[in-house]
Amino acid sequence: MIEPVIAPVPGVAGANEPGRPAVFRARGLTKVYHMGEVDVHALRGVDLDLYQGEFVVLLGPSGSGKSTLLNILGGLDVPTGGRVHFCDQELTAQDEAGLTRYRRSHVGFVFQFYNLIPSLTARENVALVTEISRQPMRPEEALQLVNLGPRMDHFPAQLSGGEQQRVAIARAISKRPDVLLCDEPTGALDIQTGIVVLDVIARVNRELGTTTAVITHNAAIADMADRVISLFDGRIANVRGNAVKVSPQELRW
Amino acid sequence: MTALDRKLIRDVLHLKGQVLAICLVIACGVATYVMSLSALTTLRGAQAGYFERNRFAFVFAQLKRAPLAVAERIGEIPGVRQFMARVVKDVNLDVAGFAEPAVGRLISIPEVYAPGLNELHLRQGRSIEPGRPDEVLASEGFVVAHGLKPGDRVTAIINGRRKDLEIVGVALSPEYIYQIRAGQLVPDDKRFGVFWMGREALAAAFDMEGAFNDVCLDLSPGASQGEVIARLDQLTAPYGGLGAYGREDQTSNRFLSDEIKQLQRMNLIVPSIFLGVAAFLLNVVLSRIISLQRDQIAALKAFGYSNLAVGWHFLKLVLAVVAGGVALGTGAGAALGLQITQMYTRFYRFPALEYQLPPQVVGLATCVSSAAAIIGTANVLRAVIKLPPAEAMRPEPPAVFRHTVLERLGLTGLFSQPMRMVLRNIERQPVKSFFSTLGMSLAVAIMILGRFSYDALDYLLEVQFRVVQRQDVTVALVEPTSYRALHEIAHFPGVVHVEPIRAVSTRLRFGHRVRRTLIMGLAAAPELNHLVNLQLHTVPLPPDGILLNTKLAQLLNIGLGETLTVEVLEGARPVRQIVVAGLSTELLGTAAYMQIGSLNRLLREGPSVTGAHVTADALEAEALYDRLKATPRVASVTIKQAALNSFRDTVIKNLLKLQSFNLMFACVIAFGVVYNTARIALSERGRELATLRVMGFTRAEISFILLGELGVLTLQALPVGLALGYGLAWFTTLFLDTEMYRIPLVVNLSTYGFAVAVVLVAALLSGLLVRRRLDHLDLIGVLKTRE
Repeated sequence: MIEPVIAPVPGVAGANEPGRPAVFRARGLTKVYHMGEVDVHALRGVDLDLYQGEFVVLLGPSGSGKSTLLNILGGLDVPTGGRVHFCDQELTAQDEAGLTRYRRSHVGFVFQFYNLIPSLTARENVALVTEISRQPMRPEEALQLVNLGPRMDHFPAQLSGGEQQRVAIARAISKRPDVLLCDEPTGALDIQTGIVVLDVIARVNRELGTTTAVITHNAAIADMADRVISLFDGRIANVRGNAVKVSPQELRW
Repeated sequence: MTALDRKLIRDVLHLKGQVLAICLVIACGVATYVMSLSALTTLRGAQAGYFERNRFAFVFAQLKRAPLAVAERIGEIPGVRQFMARVVKDVNLDVAGFAEPAVGRLISIPEVYAPGLNELHLRQGRSIEPGRPDEVLASEGFVVAHGLKPGDRVTAIINGRRKDLEIVGVALSPEYIYQIRAGQLVPDDKRFGVFWMGREALAAAFDMEGAFNDVCLDLSPGASQGEVIARLDQLTAPYGGLGAYGREDQTSNRFLSDEIKQLQRMNLIVPSIFLGVAAFLLNVVLSRIISLQRDQIAALKAFGYSNLAVGWHFLKLVLAVVAGGVALGTGAGAALGLQITQMYTRFYRFPALEYQLPPQVVGLATCVSSAAAIIGTANVLRAVIKLPPAEAMRPEPPAVFRHTVLERLGLTGLFSQPMRMVLRNIERQPVKSFFSTLGMSLAVAIMILGRFSYDALDYLLEVQFRVVQRQDVTVALVEPTSYRALHEIAHFPGVVHVEPIRAVSTRLRFGHRVRRTLIMGLAAAPELNHLVNLQLHTVPLPPDGILLNTKLAQLLNIGLGETLTVEVLEGARPVRQIVVAGLSTELLGTAAYMQIGSLNRLLREGPSVTGAHVTADALEAEALYDRLKATPRVASVTIKQAALNSFRDTVIKNLLKLQSFNLMFACVIAFGVVYNTARIALSERGRELATLRVMGFTRAEISFILLGELGVLTLQALPVGLALGYGLAWFTTLFLDTEMYRIPLVVNLSTYGFAVAVVLVAALLSGLLVRRRLDHLDLIGVLKTRE
């Protein structure tokens, strides 16, 4: 096992908290993109633990490496160096098929631009995932959870941005994932709509106990998290726990 | 149905214009394939079944006259299973209400049915009865052409005497599926009929009692046809044998086999072009779909759909288009195949010609089209499978543009900003631009290919019937005769000019190559039968030596100045050596020519003729025909105009039909390529164009940017297409170079013009369709959505 590199702030981000099993354990993550003639260092050595049922916000400006980190945790991308464990499974040892199985069984994704299939209705977009999951909710149930029951036969083009993002959340949680990874879920939304969406995410985390990581560059959102991990230039710059979580309705930005 | 399949269906519906265009291109390929293969199966099946059931003979021979005892000896040749010795005679006919002379071929059959060879299929009426010498069976074509029925009579002129024949039945024979007289190209049912007559009656009319002049044989399994023919020739030689030949050289069968061969060839080229174009279009459209659906692919993979599942999803899209094309194409191909089969029933007389579409044909069409589509889209599908989800999440990097070659040459000033956009876009995607150009070029080429055969045949008819043959009527005499016969003909009503013909059956031999052909002895400077070279200049008939048609020279592999062995197949059957002293280019047949005096000397005979070319006054034609019909020594009369008319009626009509298919196909391909290119360009550049509109560009200006690219590609395609079309036409002439006829490589200017016009119209129409979409560009919507 590689010993953790020295973190900029003492201790590994989320160093062992007694009694709570780590869902993710990442050590020494680096990621280098080769863009033509330049190498872009997206991650420069990140150590991180995420715990069961925890709501974490990854905060940082554009280019800080937070999306890269989330993609690696979600099995969408592989690091250039370092290791990641999901429970007992080493993600960095998996091949493409293994990562696909991992995503299929354990991970729910929410993207900034929703990534709905425009040719499918809300219900069908959710069904797209439930059809390949082992113990999914019914698509209708998932849509009820995000308060979209009445609009489930609408196509994405007939839904507002906030509604589309809630469909995306329903789609992500319908497989009852172990982790919910959200990449700038409110990035394309106004405050009011954003709050509704965050509220749904918070409720899923609270009621289903799904470990949730939300990426944002919006510091205001950090107040609703259990823990806030700040990234800067490919490194973890700061980790803080919120003694009191603020409900999404009280957020202001 | 899974949600992913629903997405598939909706994607297809969303792309309906483009999908339909590609489906149609595939359908054209499949249709030509199904059409030619089903017609082939139908013809082959009918041929094989008919030959088997009616015991079509394997070897044929004609002779002058031999006693029946010789026939018994023929039957004893090892390898001969069965033989039939017959009397076969051509006579002039007089049919009520038909002034022109017609030729009837009388063939003997046993008066009481006995199983034999070349058995007849009785279509109507009854068979002949013993003791009724006037009864005959008539061939169906002749009966139909003249509106005759059982009970009607025709008059045969046998040795100058008129003999009434009563048609008691209508029959078909495997020997006359393609019912044609020697020397003709197409059947002329009005002027040539076959009649089967009781053996005794026919023999009596021609003094052939106890004798025969025609024999056909069936071979035992494993017998050597070559040896049987050699033995047969030995036996018949003393009796004026003209040399035996196998089934493959039997006239009717030869035409049928040639047709089958041509269908087989047609099977390859045209469908390949269509499927190639379809594969390219699928590639372009699928690439575009993939780049538009990058985020969807990323999402699918993120949810845990495997790479293969995502690849399979897009492959299904491709296969759905193929399935549509195959379904449409099979339907169309079956309809066209049926039409072709019906067309065949006008030429080929089978007891039944039932259209057949074997399932294997459809299966093969499906496999071949799917394979073409998969090969065409393999690189795109591979990219989908390989696309890493994290990368797919990000929008595609902006396209890399460069200054074009022309600009780098310092010609920037020549182009407006929009024109630069057009040129750079074409240059940025050289492969796509190349294939778009190639696709449209192929459309032009297919048009040319379709119309070229018409041009070529027109030329062939012009050369054959106006330049080469200048006679009005050709008269054939029963046997070699003195020149007195010509002097008689010269005094017939309306006759203007008469030229002698001495035709003799020969076998030409050079090295190990042998051909049976007629040597035609003509006047020293024939005015009614010009021999020409490729440039249509008259080739003089050499005073000594022989002049060969270039095709014949090629078949014998002989050149000018070389010595040919001539085995004469009549009279004393001398074998002579003769030098090839000239070559002529003829588009029909494989003939050899000599000056008539020189030929008479070769045969060691005095001046004699076997026929004449005649020009006559059209006003006195009927009187002339009457006189010819009544002249005992005239065996047959051929009227040039009638031959030309029947050629036009049959071959040209059918060609026009095939050409209309081709026209349709070319339009589909032109439209398919242009429309798809335009739609893709619109999809790729909708945002850019909307941005320009927002900045104040007019609709016309942005249309120019989009349609300008199409225009440039189309203009590039035209000259390439013309060249390709010429090449394809040339390629076709190679396939159609048969002993019967050669198709000259002649493409009229109007054909080029037509091809260009059709493709331009197709381009214009698809441009207009896309332009309509440009007019409804959603400026705000396009700018808001992320590409």
